Amino acid sequence: MKLAYYPGCTLKTKARNLEESALAGLRELGVEFIELDQWNCCGAVYSLATDDLIHQVAPLRNLIRVQQEECDAVFTLCSQCYNTLARANVRVNENAEDLKTLNTFMDEEPDYGGSVTVMHFLTLLRDVVGWDKLKSAVKKPLKGLKVAPTYGCSLIRPDPVAITPNNTPVIMAEFLEAVGAEPVQSPDSNTCCGSFQALGNPDAALETSGRILRSAQKAGAQALVLSCPMCDYNLGRRQPAIVEKYEEINEMPVYYFTQLLAVALGLEADVCRFDLNSPEKDGNTLTAAAV
Amino acid sequence: MPISSRDIDKSFQCKVEEIASADFRRCMQCGQCTGMCPVVEQMDFTPRQIMHLLQFGQFERVSQARSYWTCAACHSCMVNCPRDIDIPQVMEAMRQLVLRDNEDQVHPNKLSPEQLREMPQIAFVSGFRKLTA
Repeated sequence: MKLAYYPGCTLKTKARNLEESALAGLRELGVEFIELDQWNCCGAVYSLATDDLIHQVAPLRNLIRVQQEECDAVFTLCSQCYNTLARANVRVNENAEDLKTLNTFMDEEPDYGGSVTVMHFLTLLRDVVGWDKLKSAVKKPLKGLKVAPTYGCSLIRPDPVAITPNNTPVIMAEFLEAVGAEPVQSPDSNTCCGSFQALGNPDAALETSGRILRSAQKAGAQALVLSCPMCDYNLGRRQPAIVEKYEEINEMPVYYFTQLLAVALGLEADVCRFDLNSPEKDGNTLTAAAV
Repeated sequence: MPISSRDIDKSFQCKVEEIASADFRRCMQCGQCTGMCPVVEQMDFTPRQIMHLLQFGQFERVSQARSYWTCAACHSCMVNCPRDIDIPQVMEAMRQLVLRDNEDQVHPNKLSPEQLREMPQIAFVSGFRKLTA
């Protein structure tokens, strides 16, 4: 399978800690891929209006780029990019009329045939690399590190694009076990952080993000692990405001799962870019567990 | 409040159905959506109540609600709906009915310097996509 990597808008800026750790990890695991050199923002959220096709142009144009590179599949790191590209792909594959309209609209582009597979990096680790191979590549298992997986919404809803069952998600826990960490079961692992309401209704995002942190803390987690820059903002960068509002919630490190991958594979600390994390900017909780 | 058949705004119902293929008439008012919604405490009407008001074509009351401006489109309601209704689509239709009249809900020039500095790009793109015209 020839793989393409689609970065998306945030991976080259605020979420370099997600990108650099992931790509270094993938190279260490010996997976070959190409990074798309031409891409545009996917739109960040899937348009839900059925009478509106114009918002499908952006994700579809990216899938055409993948097709032009003669790749079979494209993977993303950002959960929202995954959701937007995957849902657009499902829509045009289920609705030939929509695909025809979009191809006609983008008449300067080659037609999209619908054959590209959209996958998230976690799916790639599970299905292309395999947990057993990952386990055998781990040099510094994260022994004893209790981590709460945080799936949010984009990886697991709706069902046609879910990378793991929505109500009983397991893929992140399987990943954590593969890198030697201890996943803890939190009832809010599949709860939304408030997403773009950080912009429209910040109080709502603060409240639901507080709930996720409170549940993880009660479950005994030392850290949260996630895959979405939007979750990282709501649960990490806004954590000081959450801790200030809810006195029962203590500060908790928030990591991208790819940072755990890089540390467990024994890669240099500079690919982890902990300086971009919040609230913990040195990655000490994570690196202290790696033996 | 008693509702007679004359109070049902059918053209409003049709507009919602044009934008959302989801059929709100199938809702049996079980409240599963409300139970699953992570931001329901910040809403004025619960998702179940929004569906009920739509079933009765209550344009005035639904159009004044803030619930769909609080919805984060996380789809928790939809995946647990026993009637398989795409409730996020209905919320999107309500947003679109307002936004297509050019009524922005967030204003870029009113964002704080801290928001501009700290927020990831996807927050702006997704927020502006869902909350501005």
